[in-house]
Amino acid sequence: MSPIVKKVTQLVSGIIFLYGIYIILHGHLTPGGGFAGGAILAGSFILLVLAFGSDVLRLRTKEEGSSLTESLAILAFVLMATMAMLLGTKIFFSNFLPKGHIGELISAGVIPLYNIAVGIEVAAALFTIFLALVIYKEEITK
Amino acid sequence: MIVYILCFILFLVGLFGILTSRNIIKIVIGLSFMEFSVYLFLVLIGYIDNGQAPILSDNIAAAKYVDPLPQAMVLTAIVIGLATKAMLLTMAIRIYKKFNTFDIRKVTSLKG
Amino acid sequence: MEITLSILLVFMIVGAVYALFAKDLLSALISCGIVGYGLVICFLLLKAPDLAIVQIVVETITLVIMVAVILDSTRKDLKENIVIREKGIPFINARYVFNVLTVVVLTLFFLFFFNQAIDRLEPLGQHVTRMATGYIENAAEKTGSANLVTGIIFDFRGYDTLGEATILFTAVMGVLTILRLKGRKEQVNGE
Repeated sequence: MSPIVKKVTQLVSGIIFLYGIYIILHGHLTPGGGFAGGAILAGSFILLVLAFGSDVLRLRTKEEGSSLTESLAILAFVLMATMAMLLGTKIFFSNFLPKGHIGELISAGVIPLYNIAVGIEVAAALFTIFLALVIYKEEITK
Repeated sequence: MIVYILCFILFLVGLFGILTSRNIIKIVIGLSFMEFSVYLFLVLIGYIDNGQAPILSDNIAAAKYVDPLPQAMVLTAIVIGLATKAMLLTMAIRIYKKFNTFDIRKVTSLKG
Repeated sequence: MEITLSILLVFMIVGAVYALFAKDLLSALISCGIVGYGLVICFLLLKAPDLAIVQIVVETITLVIMVAVILDSTRKDLKENIVIREKGIPFINARYVFNVLTVVVLTLFFLFFFNQAIDRLEPLGQHVTRMATGYIENAAEKTGSANLVTGIIFDFRGYDTLGEATILFTAVMGVLTILRLKGRKEQVNGE
């Protein structure tokens, strides 16, 4: 890609990443949540790979990392649901933390934690799919 | 009522694309049209005239909210649709590598 | 409201029909984008901002993945005329008749069920919430979340989200398995 594209990508992708984090963290107050924010995070990573490119070996380590991240995120999701059964009212997926006031950032019990886990999972999943395609195409052309 | 019928027509367009097109990518596109029409139909059912978006706020004491249940279902369905579409596309790209075409009439190694 | 939605839907149907009859795969994908982004505007008009955000990002990522899949094939498909002539007069050969017959039969089949369903539906905008009434009234004290959709997804209906996460995980594993070129044993021996 040309230097202009690379420079603009450097400037923009950080802002997109920050916006994704904002969408995830405010998922219980404003429109958005784990799914939308995770997709936006994946979009910022995809933008970086598209603009800069990379050799296959480095992409492969990235792919392993993102696949591992996805597994850890889904594990955290299930562990949180099981924790609710042990600590709370013996119900799977029960909300065992204090609720707080509606409209504050730290409120709604475990819902922000679920949002974060699902956001990381969606972002890692979409980025892994994209990286698998890119590595496949690079290896085909070789 | 006419919106429901147009939604159904969009579903039928996707069905026509799946049944008659020979290109794998066009089959995936037809499948995504069917998905889109179903999402739209579910959200249309939950719409209420002069309703608010389903976000609680203190200013409006007893407001009418749009039905949030179909929206929650469609939200998960959109992400699942993306995952299955990516899976179909990877199958298409493997078929392209083996037979060097997207045309399903030429994929005939099991014929006869 | 209904008229605006109808105009948008007619626009989307025109885009869909063009996508199915386009000669080039790249233009077919771009007209597929018409339908997806039209759906975003429909969601905004129907007071569903969560869905609009998710759909606009997912549509963009889908288009990027699809273009990555077709990119090196589309030019060759343009040059090579892939229309294989069937025997007999055009439009009367057996395959065409069979396709059209299948479409007509399936259309009638779906039309029957659509007709059955449309009698029980209320007209647009006069929906009566049955199940969601409890969710809307109790959401404030039971979940503490201001966004009702997030409250439903993660609290009242957590099992759905668990199933969704499992399907996403399975799809990623499937993609990695299909796209692996060398087996693990070959990789150790060969290199």
